[in-house]
Amino acid sequence: MRRLWNLLPPLVTLGLILGAWHLATGPTGLPSYLLPGPAQVGRALWGGFADGSFWPHIGFTLTSTLVGYAIGSVGAVLTGICVAESRLFERFVYPYIVAIQAAPKVALAPLILVWFGFGLASKVVLVALICFFPLLVNTIIGIRAADRELIEMARSFSRSPVFIFLHVKLPAAAPAILGGLQIGIVLALIGAVVGEFVASDRGVGYLIGSATVNMNVSVMFAGVIILSVIGMAGSSIVQALQRRIIFWQADRSAPPPSET
Amino acid sequence: MSGQVPPLAVSGVGFAFPGRQVLADVSFEVAAGEFVAILGPSGGGKSTLLRLIAGLLPPSAGEVKVAGERVRGPRRDVGMVFQKPTLLPWRTALDNVLLPAGFRRGASKAEVARAEELMVAVGLPDAAGLYPAELSGGMAQRVGLARMLLHDPDLLLLDEPFAALDAMTRERMALVLQDLWLARPRAAVFVTHSIPEALLLADRVLVLSGRPARIQADWRVELPRPRLTETMAGPEFNQLALALRRVFDEVAA
Repeated sequence: MRRLWNLLPPLVTLGLILGAWHLATGPTGLPSYLLPGPAQVGRALWGGFADGSFWPHIGFTLTSTLVGYAIGSVGAVLTGICVAESRLFERFVYPYIVAIQAAPKVALAPLILVWFGFGLASKVVLVALICFFPLLVNTIIGIRAADRELIEMARSFSRSPVFIFLHVKLPAAAPAILGGLQIGIVLALIGAVVGEFVASDRGVGYLIGSATVNMNVSVMFAGVIILSVIGMAGSSIVQALQRRIIFWQADRSAPPPSET
Repeated sequence: MSGQVPPLAVSGVGFAFPGRQVLADVSFEVAAGEFVAILGPSGGGKSTLLRLIAGLLPPSAGEVKVAGERVRGPRRDVGMVFQKPTLLPWRTALDNVLLPAGFRRGASKAEVARAEELMVAVGLPDAAGLYPAELSGGMAQRVGLARMLLHDPDLLLLDEPFAALDAMTRERMALVLQDLWLARPRAAVFVTHSIPEALLLADRVLVLSGRPARIQADWRVELPRPRLTETMAGPEFNQLALALRRVFDEVAA
């Protein structure tokens, strides 16, 4: 009951927006080649799913996003561990990481397409590259921020550096790493769509691009809605993961017991 | 095995951070079964001295010997408690006690049984499965005491373990520590800036102060054990506290 009650305010907002949209695109409103009405967009969405024409595009975008995200994330965490744990590695590599991080990776999209072709590979590379850097930086910061006193305590009990890394530093870095994964999943989707915009014969980004050429604005809207749903789903999955993995930071609303 | 080899011998120890001499020419021994309190002002080098003994820092001068061997790093026969509870938030209380053994998965059956006994001994029979966020400050330090005792060390090092607790809890925790120690008296070095706490627990009080810090006084405390809250109200205790206070003010002046 309470949940339903909580859902009401955003639903009211949605209703108002749809209503205003409907009125704005009515007979006296904007022409449908600029802004189609909600009903038209709904029909475009329904039609695309019903005749199955959307599915290959969604499948392609999901594949490049997820594969690229997995490669970029694993690479970022491993590199971050090396930088945070090895002074030598840090001195050789870190200045360049900082430099590359400041550059907009999206600008590399055309180059990557030339190198890796117009198929899946180039999208995967672009996605991996885009979600790599924020997670890398978060991993480094997270490991470095591990409590010095906890590390000293573990040392005092003759624990090995490997033990201290696995059981003190890495869990301490988990919130920052999961924060980086959260940023990464959103960026990954952007990377996939940008790659598809630049050159592709499939994907939701391609769908939007080709609808633009045909001035089929309803399908463009449908594509944006599909991307939003994918983005929100990815974000929620990472968030759920976050709550499970860093359970000790979950809001324990019960206060600690008083002294007995 | 103790006989003539003291569990702890500190001789001529000095320590300097870049640009600041913290300790100078500190020498003392702790006999088997002797509880020594090191009393000094905050930030006066007491914690540094304890870290040198624990092998967490190398001394700049002199040497520390534990059980006759020169300290080169942390030792398994030394147990330590820190000012903050320093519990891993992602491990249960029992796993935190078992940290020196590599947690429950790495520990032997005997070690797990010992950890469970220690949880009872420190007064936390029902807290094994709780996470640190669910523990009060006093409970967390009890876990810290149990962790220190897991491998039944011959030398205990305590770095102001109760300083962050409220006054009542603090006194109660001192008595818990005394009980644990009385169950098997062993060499202990307890760093504190509280005169009553030092007198309640120690057989001997060393006053460490100055810049750089040196040992300024070495007092025996002959109060009978077990010492209780009532001991702190007695005239003997108060006279000692007052006299120690004078020494303290003298060396600080």
